[in-house]
Amino acid sequence: MNARDEILRRIAAALGDRRPTPPVPRAYRRATGEPGDVDLFADRVRDYGARVRVVSADAIAAAVATALHDRNARDVVAAPGIPAGWAPTADRSTVDTQRLGAVDGVITACRVAIAATGTIVLDHDAPDQGVRALTLLPDYHLVVVRRDRIVADVPDAVAALAGVRTQTWISGPSATSDIELERVEGVHGPRTLEVIVAR
Amino acid sequence: MTFLGMPTLSGEPFPTAARAALGDAQLRRNLAKATGTIRAKRARVVEELPDWAGLRAAGAAIKDATLADLDTHLLAFEADLVARGTTVHWARDGAEAARIVTDLVAATGTREVIKVKSMAGAEIGLNDAFDAAGIAPIETDLAELIVQLGHDRPSHILVPAIHRSRAEIRDLFRREMPGVAPDLTDEPAALAEAARRFLRHKFTTVDVAISGANFAVADTGSLVVVESEGNGRMCLTLPRTLISVVGIEKLVPTWSDLEVFLQLLPRSSTGERMNPYTSVWTGPTEGQTAHVVLVDNGRTATLADTVGRAALRCIRCSACLNSCPVYARTGGHAYGSVYPGPIGAVLSPQLTGVAHNRTLPYASSLCGVCQDVCPVAIDIPSILVHLRGKVVEDHAPVAEAAAMRALAWAMADAGRWRRLLRAGRLGRALGRRRDRIGSLPPPLSAWTGTRDAPRPPRQTFRDWWESR
Repeated sequence: MNARDEILRRIAAALGDRRPTPPVPRAYRRATGEPGDVDLFADRVRDYGARVRVVSADAIAAAVATALHDRNARDVVAAPGIPAGWAPTADRSTVDTQRLGAVDGVITACRVAIAATGTIVLDHDAPDQGVRALTLLPDYHLVVVRRDRIVADVPDAVAALAGVRTQTWISGPSATSDIELERVEGVHGPRTLEVIVAR
Repeated sequence: MTFLGMPTLSGEPFPTAARAALGDAQLRRNLAKATGTIRAKRARVVEELPDWAGLRAAGAAIKDATLADLDTHLLAFEADLVARGTTVHWARDGAEAARIVTDLVAATGTREVIKVKSMAGAEIGLNDAFDAAGIAPIETDLAELIVQLGHDRPSHILVPAIHRSRAEIRDLFRREMPGVAPDLTDEPAALAEAARRFLRHKFTTVDVAISGANFAVADTGSLVVVESEGNGRMCLTLPRTLISVVGIEKLVPTWSDLEVFLQLLPRSSTGERMNPYTSVWTGPTEGQTAHVVLVDNGRTATLADTVGRAALRCIRCSACLNSCPVYARTGGHAYGSVYPGPIGAVLSPQLTGVAHNRTLPYASSLCGVCQDVCPVAIDIPSILVHLRGKVVEDHAPVAEAAAMRALAWAMADAGRWRRLLRAGRLGRALGRRRDRIGSLPPPLSAWTGTRDAPRPPRQTFRDWWESR
């Protein structure tokens, strides 16, 4: 008997006469569809040690320019779907890993942001978020989060992400506590995460 | 064979290994600090959620429902994976799983693989199999890398190198890490930077990555890896071939079930609202070739035990380790198993069969705190007691059973019992120095090896009563 059949046979034998299982109790906060709190989201992202700027919706381009200037980031890559006006000089074509490892930073949008946990979720099929390598290798990741992307809690995010095949959930910059539990930010991936929240 | 840092599921008996650990004051200090810190963080973020009890009940019920129909969910998951272009393999035991993975790596022609930290990978002895096949595995989780470079063993599920001090790690890096600066300091940031440089080169040049999965979603064919450093994302994205080793109990039936587990896991594990990175992929991504190896290795045997089955709910958060008074004093190595702490004491003996792991069900004081903190409400104390019963059924501990039989004989007759108690006064000669009997010769050493017995009194109670 091949391994697959053998394992399936063992499971059937282990379970014996199957009785229907009781329904899963869902006595927890489920998706409500209500918008998430912008200030709570900003606070929770700051808690992870990320830099957050909350600006009005028409000030995104200016905020991006300021952030890049403050960071002294000149050689910047943007996800291909990022509006040209947000970062006029950014390179929108690069996915070469060699070059991504050397650029000053990368700009993306996000699919969902979770207020309760300060989490940003990238959908890697969306042109304004780009392939996974884009936000993996550069040391600085600048994310623009628009108000309509912010949901209240994890169940709302999971509901909004149904059908999104490739996702990265980001909560603060890369971190480790492996050496005597002392937190060190940035082992791999972006050591600096900066978030522009557009109200 | 070089020991690459991965213990198997059963090693030295717990009492033997624990004795050495208990004598290590530095280890006990480190462990007390580490477990205390994580415990406090966990308590803070769990308190934040008013619906924690509801999440926990849902988590337990979802896992139970999955297990009650495991074959159905596995077949659905397999169908999704195949439809998307992932190759699915099944492995009855650890050796078969390790062989499948090493064969897949060998077929690519690669002699080096990068690894995402995975308990299943450790369980099936993957590094030893790679070693035997002439393939060099590189651990990319910082703690696992420290353990690997030290030819050491992990001592905790979440922070495997917690038993190592920064100075030890610095010395290790200087000695073992290729290309490291000779003046490397013991600052954690400097050590992390050294690891970053060493691994960055591997991420961008090695062609094959090995991962586990925290969750496998039956109705979408999605796999989920939860991590902190970003090494996982690197491994999942950059190499051309990705091989994921997945225990068959990792399934959840539907995508929306993740709304429960993505709240329970990070808060229980690192005490964070959310871990820095979670990667989800559904089928081969961005030009990769993807393989999934579904591993049984004792899980179906565990499933067959209606009491012990609940241990398969475990989501490997390590909250039970951090709360356990026994773990805090002995550390993870004493358990001699890939899965340490309270969950290890119930999971490992079941995966191997209790005959191969007879001391672990006793590695607990049954205080119950592990059950209180478990995000999927596994009743670990009850399973421990259940497994102790199986150990006794399987093979009665001879010395103890003989002693108890002799005691029963003596107590069955009043005169016999009185004479024996008087004779017991002879035992006063034994504990003369500190009024305690430290150790007795075998077979009584089975009892006194781990306990002090009080010195018998000058006069028995009965003699005193009669002389009044």
